[in-house]
Amino acid sequence: MIPAGFEYHRPGDIASAIGILQEHGDEARVIAGGHSLIPMMKLRMAEMGHLVDLQAIEELKGIDIGTDTVSLGAMVTQHELITHDGLAKAIPLIREAALQIADPQVRYMGTVGGNVANGDPGNDMPGLMQCLNAVFELSGPDGSRSVAARDFYEAAYFTAREDEEILTRIAIPVPGSGVGQAYEKQKRKIGDYATAAAAVMVGNGTASVAMTNLADTPVWSESASSALAEGNVEGSVAAMLGDIDPVADNRGPVEFKKHVAAVMLRRAIDRAQSRAG
Amino acid sequence: MSKMHVKLTVNGKEVEGLAEPRTLLIHFLREDLKITGPHIGCETSHCGACTVDIDGKSVKSCTTFVAQVNGADITTVEGLANDDGSLGVLQEMFREHHGLQCGFCTPGMITRAHRLLQENPNPTEEEIRFGMAGNLCRCTGYQNIVKAISASADILNAQEPSGSEAVGQTKVEAAE
Repeated sequence: MIPAGFEYHRPGDIASAIGILQEHGDEARVIAGGHSLIPMMKLRMAEMGHLVDLQAIEELKGIDIGTDTVSLGAMVTQHELITHDGLAKAIPLIREAALQIADPQVRYMGTVGGNVANGDPGNDMPGLMQCLNAVFELSGPDGSRSVAARDFYEAAYFTAREDEEILTRIAIPVPGSGVGQAYEKQKRKIGDYATAAAAVMVGNGTASVAMTNLADTPVWSESASSALAEGNVEGSVAAMLGDIDPVADNRGPVEFKKHVAAVMLRRAIDRAQSRAG
Repeated sequence: MSKMHVKLTVNGKEVEGLAEPRTLLIHFLREDLKITGPHIGCETSHCGACTVDIDGKSVKSCTTFVAQVNGADITTVEGLANDDGSLGVLQEMFREHHGLQCGFCTPGMITRAHRLLQENPNPTEEEIRFGMAGNLCRCTGYQNIVKAISASADILNAQEPSGSEAVGQTKVEAAE
């Protein structure tokens, strides 16, 4: 399985990378860890004349833990998310979710930026970032802009990112102390995408609930979140079941997915509540 | 597509060659460098038979372009043998504990286990199983693989730091 040929670029800064994207338009694509893109290239379901490797761009790296905000560089790997003690203290939900992504080898290469920007409904980080109310920073030919994770996803593999833009960093508000967090994921085997996964934050009279792989985008539910904030667990689950839109595939029929979604959400709520206060 | 000049350090030796950017690392290792320890199993980044160590990370070399690792320091299962060619600790323990039957997955298993023990010198059985989750074996049922890794950890921990030279770990540690 050998991909179609391409020219390889390894720019050293964001401006150069954007310049290459502008020069080659549709023919160019960025690569981060490559563990979603390379399999698609090997299947020849993705072909491009120019591959722009982001690994040498220092501005895309690093985890900065602020008092109110955590900033993740787009090229931070899942392995780095898992092994960063400061991050585990500030937002434990991220490590809990990252540990459930793929397998160790893939987590050394797979990046948080690639996971959120690819737009694959099966990826875990988009729903997580919606739960956390993260903001994605994008850089393009006309400068930088910010898009909330909750506004970023339009359909499977379609996002608010323009072709000549690069997702550079992710800003995440640090949940207040007393806010319990949990990520629950049902998968068929190690390394699989979720049959259903739930990200939950609850505490201090607030709540946020998002789910993964149950529609063609991640689903953050405002009504499920406000029901949970009022302490109404069954109301929250019912609201979420009304907002997801799973389709039958090799992970099961629609009814099964709704069943698993409710189980995952109840478990995540239960665990988040036990950690709150 | 024009070929690019590739320069790598593999098992402590500097190597170079020409490769198309689309060349997968596993093909460059096996076909250009004739380093055939890493195997091509599933070719879809599931099985882990192609696992190599790149700059201190366990990586599936079937899902990596050689262009991406240009300039990197790579260790394969060959590089985990002792300098005199005898088996390194992990290799010896896989033999001792019957951690293989057909042996196809073994190079990836041992290369991954090497990094796991570098990061976690005293893993529990659960940590070994979680840390080895990216490697599939269709023969053993994994039990003896877990035993082999656990036994390796005991031996490596019992050795003085200066004794590591005798088990073929020196080169890799020095590269980090």
